[in-house]
Order: sequence, then C-alpha cells, then structure tokens
Amino acid sequence: MIKVENLVKAFGPKLAVNGVSFTVERGEVLGFLGPNGAGKSTTMRMITGFIPPTSGRITIGGFDVVENPIAAKRLIGYLPENAPAYTDMTVMGFLRFAAELRGLRGAARDKAVERAIELCFLESVRHQSIDTLSKGFRHRTCFAQSIIHDPDVLILDEPTDGLDPNQKHEVRTLIRRMGEKKAIVFSTHILEEVDAACTRAIIIDRGRIVANGTPQELRQRSEMAGAVTMRVKGPTAAELRDRLQQLSTVRKTLFVKEDGPGLCARVVPSPTALDGQLEESLFDLVMREKWRLLELKTEEGRLDEVFRSITLPDTAPSKKE
Amino acid sequence: MNTDASVTSQASVAALNGPRWSAVGNVITIAKRELTGYFTSPVAYVFIVIFLLLLGFFTFMVGRFFQRNEASLFAFFMWHPWLYLFLVPAAGMRLWSEERRLHTIELLLTMPVTAWQAILGKFLASWAFLAIGLFLTFPMVITVAYLGDPDMGAIFCGYLGSLLTAGAYLSISSMTSALTRNQVVSFIISVVICLFLILAGWPPVTDLLVQWAPTWLVDLIASFSVWPHFETFQRGLIDSRDLIYFILVMVFSLFTTGVIIRSHRAG
Repeated sequence: MIKVENLVKAFGPKLAVNGVSFTVERGEVLGFLGPNGAGKSTTMRMITGFIPPTSGRITIGGFDVVENPIAAKRLIGYLPENAPAYTDMTVMGFLRFAAELRGLRGAARDKAVERAIELCFLESVRHQSIDTLSKGFRHRTCFAQSIIHDPDVLILDEPTDGLDPNQKHEVRTLIRRMGEKKAIVFSTHILEEVDAACTRAIIIDRGRIVANGTPQELRQRSEMAGAVTMRVKGPTAAELRDRLQQLSTVRKTLFVKEDGPGLCARVVPSPTALDGQLEESLFDLVMREKWRLLELKTEEGRLDEVFRSITLPDTAPSKKE
Repeated sequence: MNTDASVTSQASVAALNGPRWSAVGNVITIAKRELTGYFTSPVAYVFIVIFLLLLGFFTFMVGRFFQRNEASLFAFFMWHPWLYLFLVPAAGMRLWSEERRLHTIELLLTMPVTAWQAILGKFLASWAFLAIGLFLTFPMVITVAYLGDPDMGAIFCGYLGSLLTAGAYLSISSMTSALTRNQVVSFIISVVICLFLILAGWPPVTDLLVQWAPTWLVDLIASFSVWPHFETFQRGLIDSRDLIYFILVMVFSLFTTGVIIRSHRAG
C-alpha cells in the first residue's frame, strides 16, 4: 500500500530526510522510531502530501503522491503531530467537516461520524467545543478525524502523545486491531509501544534508516539478547564466578552479586552456543555442584538498549553530511 | 474493527461523481466551516456592530446626509473604501495565519482537496461575511426611498462597487495572512497595501510623484488605485474595465496566496 523510495528532504543545506526507503503492506503496522528531530514527522508529512519531497518517490496504493495527490490523499487518514483541530468547532461539527471533505454526504456522513465517535470514546464530549477539551479528548478527536472514512492507509504522528496510561492502552489496542485490515505507519519515541502494537519497526536517526525489522529481530541486536540471569544458593561469589568461566558455553560473566536470596549472576552465551545450550549447561553445573537453583531466566534483549546503541544522542557533535 | 461497507461504498460513489462536482463540494464545505467560524465567536458580532456604527456616524455626522437634501446614497458609499481599509483586514487577517498558528493547515491540506479549493472556499466565506454586514445597511436604502425618489439602479451599482472593493481588499488580506502566523503583522501589512490602493490615484499623492517621476510611472501607479473604479460604480455605471480591475486584483492576490502557501510547504 505504501511505497517509499529514496526519499530525500532538504531544508536549506540541512538534510532532514536522507535516502529513506520502505514499504508497508495491508495488515502491517509499522512503528517509526527515532530520537526527536530524526526526520520522523518530515517523512510523514511527505507521505501525506503536505510537503513535497526534494527527491524520491512515494506511492500510496499505486498513486504517486506528487503527481496524483488527490487520489493518494483519498486513501490516507492522517493524524498530524500535536493533533491540531479547529478550536472553535464542536467535536461533532469538526468530524462532520472532515467527513464532508472526504466526500461523505448525508446519511453516510452521519454514520461515519457516529462510528468514529464510538471508536474513539468521544460520546461524552460530542457537543463540546474543542477548545474546552482536555488534551486527551482533543487528541482522540483528531484521531477520530483520521479514521472517519475508514481509510486503507493510516499515518499517525505520535498518536499516544499526551494521553494517560489507560488512553494509551486503548489507542494501541485500536491501532493493532485496525492494523489487521489497513497499512499503518505510526511514529513514537515510546519503545514499549512498538511491542504493544507493531508488526515491524524502523529506527530512523539523522534522516537515515538505521534499523528495520520485527520487534523481535531488533531486540536480537541487543547485547543482552540471549543472556541468562541465574539465582543460586550454595556457592560463594568467587566460587560461582570461577565455575561459570570454565563453561565453554559462556562468553563472559557480566556480574555476580548478592542481592536478595542467594547469589545472582548474569552470563552472556558464547557465539558458538546453540539456543538452549547455555541454559542446559548452567542447569548441569548446578546439579553437579549440588547447589540450589532459585531462578533461571533468559533475557530477550531490550529495545531501549538497541535504540540507544544505534542512535546518537542529541548532545553528540553532529557529523558533517 | 467493523469495516463499514456502506461508508466505504458511499465514499467511492462521491469519488466517482467526477472531479468537478467534488471540487465544488469541497469549496462549499470549506466555506461553510469558515463562515460558521465567524459566527461562533464574538468577532462577527463585534465586527458588524462596529461596521454599522461607524458607517452611520460618517454618513450622518461627517457626510451630512440629511443636509445634502439628495435622494442618493453618495454620502453613505463614499466612506466605504475608508472603513474597509481597517475592517476588511481585521476580518481577513485570521484566514491563513490562524490555520498556520493552530497547525490545522496540515490537516486541511492533507485532505483530498487542492490548495486552490481551500483558498477559494475561505475567501468566499469571508466575502459572504462582509456581504452580510453590507446587507445589514438596508435601512439606509429604505430611508432614502421613504424620503425621496432615488435611482434604485444607481444604489444597486453602489452596493456592487462596495462589495467588489471589499473583495479586493479581502483578497489582499488573504495574501498577507498567508505570509505570517501572526495576525497583527498580517493586519498591518494588509492595511498598508490597501492604503496604497486608495492613495495611489489620490491627487495629493500623484502631485508628489509628478515632480520627479516620468508620466508613464505616475499613470501606472495611479492605475492601481481603487478610487476611479469605485467611483464609476457610484455614478451608477457598470463598466467592464472596472469589473476587470477588481477581478484582476482578486485573482492576482489569491494566486499569490497560493504561491506563498506552496512555498511554506516546500520549506
């Protein structure tokens, strides 16, 4: 549905987006991650046809966004950053306006408005003026606008920004559910959302894609991926460290410390170890030494760690492009 | 999620109705929203009240409407370009600067509408709003009709000229409001340009220019002036040259509005 090829956007000498390519098919929810100013919003603005790309090509359902903008825009629902809305309108008035611009008239319009109000839990504020709404309601009103015509493509720029935890959960559930039938791109800098709602994630930094894969694949890139944390009773710290170092399945021991019951240790598997081999050898070690095993846990790797390791912090000196 | 089949099919029906119809529909939808926007805030009422009060003051106190003893609305219409100088930019300053300040422009221009439809829709809404204000001066017409036997055709022409002048100023306000997200800046630039349009053909200004500028330049500058065109209408004449003047000002300003908006989006 969404095809982005070699997208470049220059603001003066600065390249905000530099050679971004990806595709999103129906049934996919693509998480768009990256630090602030990485080029997420700029990319989304180009996909939705708000700003023209400096070079590169975007097609939505086969329609080129630059050459055939109206046909492409018909397929898109868009929630811009900070959820703008006409503050002098009521929620109903605003949604009706959006529906009419989407070509819905009469009964079809009213039906679409009702459906969006229901999906976004706006029933209690439907006659309220938008400037009197709380941030969460205002955000959901703008979100409702984006899904009013049941679009095939949804572009959501930070859809959970400014919502409380319950509302965040609702929006994520909604995105995941709608993602079964649509192609969705949403940006966020909250990593847990990637796990909660995405089928795939792209990490973008300084205008370039630095990682692209399923949330699991991204986690695999973490140093911690596959590491095992064990908690045993019996040995001393030195003894445990010594025994762990002797195992061929262990590349290194990250720490051995006393906290809580027994000793806690974390080891990283050697690159040659197959899945499960490390855990097996650790269990054997415990049996052989007649220690008591309290806990054995395989780490999945953490997204925030991956994120930190492949994106540069804002404070880092910027590289010359 | 329940995919609502009828919603989707209705959308495609509207899409199939042809681009021309949907273009008109989009302009109407945008205009309707904009016009409702005026009346949901106190701005509209304040504006209309001030417009009518000032017009009444100038017509009766300064223009000495009754003392003239004429069954015409000349003393009434002559103030319109001056009043519009401040009131039209005030009504038009929010057109695009408000969209930019609230970032709703991003919402509007990512809808399946063209920038021209949006520009036209907003312009027509404001113009209709000014027309409503102008319409509310109808007691003036009733007054002269009661007191004497005025030339209704001339009065109609006067209103038409007044409305076109308002439209020309408004298109300039639309242009300046696209320039900035600050309404005050938009207002001031707009007033300055409109003032130029009034003064360009005004003798004290042209006399100043004659001293050093070549004749063709003086004529060129004078030809920008709104006055001679406005006055033809006040004399009860509809001249195609005057119509063309007003239409050109509007087309040029609205076109420039589009260029400005496009350049903002291009970054």
